Amino acid sequence: MVADILVNGLVRSGVYAMLAVGFGLVFGVGRVLNLAHTAFYMVASYGIFHFVATGLGTPLAVFLTSLGVIAVGLALYKFFIEPVREMEATVLIATLAVAILLQELLLVFFGSEIRHVPAAFPGYSRIAGVRLGNQEMATLVLAAISLLGTWLVLSRTRLGLAIRAAAQDREVANLMGINVNRVTTIVMALGFLLASLAGAAVAPLLPVEPRMWMHPLVIVLAAVVLGGLGSLKGSVIGAVILAFAEVLVVFLVPGGSYLRTAIALLIMVCVFLVRPEGLFGAGATEER
Amino acid sequence: MYHLRSLIRQVRAEVLVLPSRVIALVFVIGLLLFPLLTQDPYLLRMLILASLFSIYAASWDLLAGYAGQISLGHALFFGVGAYTTALLGLHLGLHPYLTVPLGAVVATLAGLFVGVPCLRLRRHYLALATLAFPLMLTGIVFMFPNFSGGEGGIWRIGRLASTRVGEYYLIVGVMLVAVFSLWRIAGSRVGLIFHAIREDEVAARALGINIVRYKLLAFAISGFTAGVAGALYAHFARIAGPSNLDLFMSFQPVIWTIFGGAATIYGPVTGVFVLYPLLDSLHVLLPQYRMLLFALLILFILRFMPQGVTTWIRDAIETSCPSCRVRNAATRRACRACGTPLRN
Repeated sequence: MVADILVNGLVRSGVYAMLAVGFGLVFGVGRVLNLAHTAFYMVASYGIFHFVATGLGTPLAVFLTSLGVIAVGLALYKFFIEPVREMEATVLIATLAVAILLQELLLVFFGSEIRHVPAAFPGYSRIAGVRLGNQEMATLVLAAISLLGTWLVLSRTRLGLAIRAAAQDREVANLMGINVNRVTTIVMALGFLLASLAGAAVAPLLPVEPRMWMHPLVIVLAAVVLGGLGSLKGSVIGAVILAFAEVLVVFLVPGGSYLRTAIALLIMVCVFLVRPEGLFGAGATEER
Repeated sequence: MYHLRSLIRQVRAEVLVLPSRVIALVFVIGLLLFPLLTQDPYLLRMLILASLFSIYAASWDLLAGYAGQISLGHALFFGVGAYTTALLGLHLGLHPYLTVPLGAVVATLAGLFVGVPCLRLRRHYLALATLAFPLMLTGIVFMFPNFSGGEGGIWRIGRLASTRVGEYYLIVGVMLVAVFSLWRIAGSRVGLIFHAIREDEVAARALGINIVRYKLLAFAISGFTAGVAGALYAHFARIAGPSNLDLFMSFQPVIWTIFGGAATIYGPVTGVFVLYPLLDSLHVLLPQYRMLLFALLILFILRFMPQGVTTWIRDAIETSCPSCRVRNAATRRACRACGTPLRN
């Protein structure tokens, strides 16, 4: 039981953290509250399903899916979102419409039935007497690698410096000779990459269906604001807190699967009562 | 006779001078005369639902468009209104004419309940905190299935009127009164203060505006109106269920308002009366592609008219006087209030 909670909590933490970091980056640099973020994660799951069903190997399927998701995502961003980027409410609805568009396209191509992707790493292994699914371990490793990679890019490269500068202040970054629009596009691509890796990671674990984007969207939004908008460390911690809260409720409370979203959101609201800017967010005075 | 003459004078001076107001007048008269032309139940049902959702969308516009408190959980008020009237009818057997106002009152309390913790939150934090409330209530509804009907909802709620036409006039009447009141509130001193709070909270506070009171007022008015819409919806659809609280129900008023044009009150009404019948007829014509086409339509409209349809049309047929800010028909040479030349 304890081991189950721990493993499930860690797997969910990894997936939510990947989504939350991508979402947080896109919001921090592009100031786009991208409600379609988890829709791309769903598209990636379907991509894996499609390519695995046609008989490609898992690495190739993941590569092609990520490439496809980034291309589609950037095309949609350039045409529909970027021209209206300055208007907050319009962006909200435009990204929501993108999410519905993707959901409906998947319905047209794949139908509404629930799909299952065969595990890429079947079987179990024993570590310290605990039975661990290989697929779960692969998901954890993938999440760790991609989060570590994102952190290295942000902290150790010139591109990362440009991204952090643009996130702090777009105008000044622009004056310092950073091509802010290009940085935004790169960050968008990075966000889509993280979303599609998360989608690839959950495809063998969860049922793949055209409404699977809604629940993670709520959790990711809650995780990002819980940690504080604009703080990636906060996003990861928020994702871990909410993932464990969800898993604990499902395992310990009878009928908990109904309550899992409610409890996660209750935690978020309670944090807001104490710290309105989230755990690691900038205070209202510093915000621009 | 005197009142009639003054009414005609009022209409000529205030309504006929502006094309947008003429359109609104034609729309209202058309809506009231519609059952005389046809009593097709499908068309009446469509217009009734469009009226209900207009109330709902306009209430979102007052809170988000004017006061700037973007709420992504507006379904809370709609759902609280629907559930209150349904539960009172089910457990106490009260008449709809009593439970609908009570539903609206409880929704007002829900507005204050949400508004108090949200006072300290700004912009995106506020939007996402409000998103949480209807989903938390859904969890509670599922917890007590014997009391609340659980996943299936509450069925067979009493009708508002015995005939479809009766329901039509009742609901369209409530819609016209509610929307007109909201429009008057938005145009009054209170509406001006809401504008100020949205534009710059610190500056508004520096001018001596009690931010807390006006934000709570916005939440209360908006909750009340959305509660009326939800309660009437429950009696019309004869079911109150968890779908009244779900994520899409919260997003719908946002879609209608932004599509129609935010901070106008008539924008969301236009949005609903354009999009809802369109979606409904697509449901009949092309059921498989209905949401696909809907999403594409919204994306393209927002791409080319990011301020919304009504704002775009209004700016095409009307101009605003540069010296006194009174709106004029685009064909006029001089301002109707101060005589300033509009084109040189």
